[in-house]
Amino acid sequence: MSTFAIETVGLNFNFGQQAILKNLALQVPKGSIYGFLGPNGAGKTTTIKILLNLLKSPSDQVFIFGKEINNNRIAILKRVGALVEQPAIYGHLTGKENLVNRCLLLGIKRSKADEMLALVGLTEAANKKSNQYSLGMKQRLGIALALVSDPELLLLDEPTNGLDPNGIIEIRNLMIELTTKHKKTILVSSHLLAEIERTATHVGIINKGELLFQGTIQELQLLNKPLLEIEVTDIDRASMLIEEKGYEIATKTDAKICIPFVSQTESGMINTLLVQNGFTVTSLSQQRKDLENLFLDITKTN
Amino acid sequence: MRSLYISIYSEFYKSRKTLAFWASILLPLIICSLITFGFYSSSEKILNLHQPSMILWLRYISAALGVMGILILPFYVIFMAFSVNNIEHKNDTWKSLFAQPLNKFSIYAAKYIFAVILIFLSLFLFCSLTFAFGHLLQLLVPKFNFNQYDPSIILIKFYAKLFLSSLGILSIQFILSLLWGDFLKPMGIGFVGTIMGIIAGNVGWKYAYLIPYSHPSLVLSGSKAAANPSNFPIFTNEIYTSLIYASVLFILGYFIVTKKSIK
Repeated sequence: MSTFAIETVGLNFNFGQQAILKNLALQVPKGSIYGFLGPNGAGKTTTIKILLNLLKSPSDQVFIFGKEINNNRIAILKRVGALVEQPAIYGHLTGKENLVNRCLLLGIKRSKADEMLALVGLTEAANKKSNQYSLGMKQRLGIALALVSDPELLLLDEPTNGLDPNGIIEIRNLMIELTTKHKKTILVSSHLLAEIERTATHVGIINKGELLFQGTIQELQLLNKPLLEIEVTDIDRASMLIEEKGYEIATKTDAKICIPFVSQTESGMINTLLVQNGFTVTSLSQQRKDLENLFLDITKTN
Repeated sequence: MRSLYISIYSEFYKSRKTLAFWASILLPLIICSLITFGFYSSSEKILNLHQPSMILWLRYISAALGVMGILILPFYVIFMAFSVNNIEHKNDTWKSLFAQPLNKFSIYAAKYIFAVILIFLSLFLFCSLTFAFGHLLQLLVPKFNFNQYDPSIILIKFYAKLFLSSLGILSIQFILSLLWGDFLKPMGIGFVGTIMGIIAGNVGWKYAYLIPYSHPSLVLSGSKAAANPSNFPIFTNEIYTSLIYASVLFILGYFIVTKKSIK
């Protein structure tokens, strides 16, 4: 048995001449919340469509629960729920009818529709036509549709798009509950790291069709080296002095100098050095680049 | 089989509140009611002609058949093929439909069969409403002689033939509407095709039976000549052609669906 819910092996995908995915090797462990990050147009939605066999992948490159997708389409889709791009909803049907229709297709009891509406907080709007729903409500209905078959693996493409802060928190909590209590695996795509940071256990960063980073969220944070931020008078002379003493300056602005943080003793020594040379140090602090900037760095440099 | 059945049932569930579905019931109801009203309001004039029962029935039946066969049926079929597919184009739901654990053939065939069912339903209603409203006219205007002739065989044969003749058009339009999400392309092609078909059918072009769009009008023009109005063959050239078009394009459509990337 594979320990991965999703595994792609050297996945390549083209639209005509244009390469969309290059040698993608996703490994999504079972029971994880895998944050699939990348800027718009990086290939996230294409990947999700391949995972649903909506786009044909070359054979033996995509495995879901250890099974090759092209040969096991129906068996795999039975275990997968998905929300791709904007939710696919029949506008002329009510929210409840949309869910009932899905229940019909999946051979599930209709009563499950009410359960799902309650889960995503749409009970009151159940009998309203879904084209009158707000974007957030549509998104919730889309999530309900993805969850109705009680799938082991959920693929959520930008699920918090258009949700208000409350909605975002609810979805976040729902994802955590689904993985911890119900042992589901979730792949959630986003272009916002801050959103993924709070929930994901694993992260994959994709840009221009290439996977730039894959690992646990802790591993991602380790990549993120802290800096020592110094606020000091006469920045220019101070930075010259620091450089003369053999320190590397990471960034310099009108008010601050940043150098790589080594240790607290080292920080103290720099402080002493500056003070002894007649500078006034107003602040000395250890800064961790937030992941947002790290994400930008990773996607920019490549 | 089960996945085909649930897919068809889901098609019904999805479309039961749409105009396309109700059109298949309302269209025959409205047209038959209008014709019946026409006969009722001008009953004096018609009675003065002192026609035998069979001729009266033929006159009454052909009022509906005339408009239906030549113009409305092709457009109705074009509209059905469009609306069955458009429900997914419009809501951007192809991706979620094909992400369900159902085989692609069931999803595709269910849509096609549902369109066929709607056309059948509509023609069935035309047939039975014509029969029923004729007898209703008899009740309202007892001087009519609708009760002296049984038109059921003519009606059934005509509408069965029309139904079979529409399948060729349906299959072409079904593929066009499957491929294109917009209204104008399949409608435009269907419109041009229908006009061509009507002209080819009416001028009696030898090879008109090869154009699916001319099949309904060929059914009507080809059957008029018979001396005994109920004595015409159902399986004629245009019907065979229509069925061949339908089966070949149905299979072709399936290959398009399996190869198509869902965007």
